[in-house]
Amino acid sequence: MSLTKRFLALLLVLGVLSLAGVAAAQTVVGVTATEIKIGNTNPYSGPASAYGTIGKAIGAYFKKVNDEGGINGRKINYITYDDQYSPPKTVEMVRKLVEQDQVAFIFQPLGTPPNSSIHKYMNEKKTPQLFVATGATKWNDPKNFPWTMGFQPNYQTEGKIYAAYVLKNVPDAKVGILYQNDDYGKDYLKGFEDGLGDAAKKLIVMKQSYEVTDPTIDSQIVNLKNSGANVFFNITIPKFAVQAIKKSNDIGWKPLHFLNNVSSSLGTVLKPAGLEASRGLITALYMKEVTDPQWKNDKAYLDWVVWMKKYYPEGALDDQFNAYGYNVAILLAHTLKQSGNDLSRENIMRQAASIKNLELPLLLPGIKINTSPTDFAPIEQEQLAKFDGERWALFGEMIDASKK
Amino acid sequence: MARVGGAALKTAGLALVLAVACALPFAMSGFRVFQFTQVLIYAIAILGLNMLTGFNGQISLGHGAFYGIGAYTTAIMIDKWNIGYGWTIPVAAAVCLVVGFLFGRPALRLEGLYLALATFALALAVPQILKYFEHWTGGSQGIVLSKPKPPWGLPLNEDQWLYFVTLGVLIVLFILASNLLSGRTGRAIKAIRDNHIAAEAMGVNSALYKSVVFGVSAAYTGVAGALSGIAIAFVAPDTFDVFLSFTLLTGVVIGGLATISGAIFGALFVQFVPNWAQDISKAAPWAIFGIFLIVFMYVMPHGIAGFLRLLWIRMTRSAVMRGKAEGEVQ
Repeated sequence: MSLTKRFLALLLVLGVLSLAGVAAAQTVVGVTATEIKIGNTNPYSGPASAYGTIGKAIGAYFKKVNDEGGINGRKINYITYDDQYSPPKTVEMVRKLVEQDQVAFIFQPLGTPPNSSIHKYMNEKKTPQLFVATGATKWNDPKNFPWTMGFQPNYQTEGKIYAAYVLKNVPDAKVGILYQNDDYGKDYLKGFEDGLGDAAKKLIVMKQSYEVTDPTIDSQIVNLKNSGANVFFNITIPKFAVQAIKKSNDIGWKPLHFLNNVSSSLGTVLKPAGLEASRGLITALYMKEVTDPQWKNDKAYLDWVVWMKKYYPEGALDDQFNAYGYNVAILLAHTLKQSGNDLSRENIMRQAASIKNLELPLLLPGIKINTSPTDFAPIEQEQLAKFDGERWALFGEMIDASKK
Repeated sequence: MARVGGAALKTAGLALVLAVACALPFAMSGFRVFQFTQVLIYAIAILGLNMLTGFNGQISLGHGAFYGIGAYTTAIMIDKWNIGYGWTIPVAAAVCLVVGFLFGRPALRLEGLYLALATFALALAVPQILKYFEHWTGGSQGIVLSKPKPPWGLPLNEDQWLYFVTLGVLIVLFILASNLLSGRTGRAIKAIRDNHIAAEAMGVNSALYKSVVFGVSAAYTGVAGALSGIAIAFVAPDTFDVFLSFTLLTGVVIGGLATISGAIFGALFVQFVPNWAQDISKAAPWAIFGIFLIVFMYVMPHGIAGFLRLLWIRMTRSAVMRGKAEGEVQ
């Protein structure tokens, strides 16, 4: 055989193969008459493994769905891999899910860096990257990334909510801010400053930052006190939030204290910091805090406890992440139910982008999930709450960030 | 006779391995090709570390840092200055060579475990330093890149193209390493490992050699990092943590200290065994991995390459013996 002939033969083979590929694409990937295959990555090991319980809780919820007959007669086959919160591993595992395991779509991959590493890939493959577990703002970009959708309220939105409160209720505000020096802290800061608008320069008297590796933030708190601030926006993760609440109480600084939602947990922040010292804190909530006594007799909470005991007994009942996983799994089940028998990737994305007034059991009463082809941010409502020494007392009306 | 036969066999073996390596990406799905590209990348990094640890006897717990510096050099050049990815690889090598050499100069006054600790500090520091220069590195958000397309209308997809680029770089670097380590320089490097006082008495400039080996080793790892940045099309600081450094060291020891081929075996191990461990047990994958590690070390104390060499010697020796016995009968 001459070289050209061989080359032609090769081309022919490639041509047939690609035709076969086209033919295969017309059947719906990851879906049979009895099953729908869903892929996920979570950090089950490594430094961020505390989040891994979300992936397990999701699996436990799908077990319940399958026990009850599945969705439209199809069982959910949930495949979840450990990515150790490491982007190269995420890329590898997600490619395995999409190309080898042939899942219908990827659901709730966790973390901003891991999701960033597959963002382009998922959109090139036209495979949904649905309800991602991160608070960054960039997941709501349907124009450029029509296959990626967020889930939780983003940090900038929350920052704006506090800013609006300050502008309305504190006439002589002098604001001091403590923030973590990374994208999370800066996202909050940007939202807050944008919310204050032109007044930001005048109202903010001091900004202090810390590195996540710092041992303590005591000196920053002292500096903020000395700046004469009477409003304190506390953008810290739980470990530092405890320190900040304690220290400001110890040195007798009593500003109007906004604590970011990230650290609003009673169990891991307010109790260690001291309930008395925490009195008067203000935060924005969107979920029912499972350790908050006010939900102790709430039907949705009790249902959750029953489910936890039956399907996820090894999970902790005071871990808010298990409530988070439960919520988002219910949202997915709803989306799939709404998709009916057309479980093509296009239709799943279309249905995810047309959710109307859906309430989830462990979201605050009144929060409704709404999405549209131009709105890929499912949860956009939050409500302010003040800590009364025992529980978060919700006040004011539900604030909807999607309405200007 | 037997020696000539052995050499011919070795060449044939190498040719076979190369043929298989070239055929591989056409026989597998894109995802598998990607995995094997990662194996090749790990192999380059592990060879780099093996030069330092296996051949020169210095322990580094910080090569993940050079991997990261290489990856970021490439990412920043592509992202900020739009430079072709091919050009960024030698630059990443040069940057890591210089950084490695400069770090090596003072650090190499430290012996053994103390050097291990100093390099450990480097591994801890680099992710934070990367976050600090946010303007360049994108902070903890990292930098998103585009995957390179195959040039000249080659009938390859992106994964296959990246695989061949990596394979090409690997072949060049392996030949360079083999030349470096086999000649006079190689003897000096090994002499320092075996007895540095004796080596110095023979006129080997121990300090210079050590820091040059450190630099070259860092450059190899940096090239691997650069390729990984291109293959993953995303870099983020926390990828290049201490765990990566340990992974590379594991690859060196499992593959076989002071062997060049060991880098490939070590890379296969660190790429695939954690995945198998996860398939076996979702609850405790790292415990399973640990068992694999211990079994490997117990069964093959000289690494996979050492084990294969031993096997080869036994086989050829028994063949020679048989040949001799037959001769006697005649």
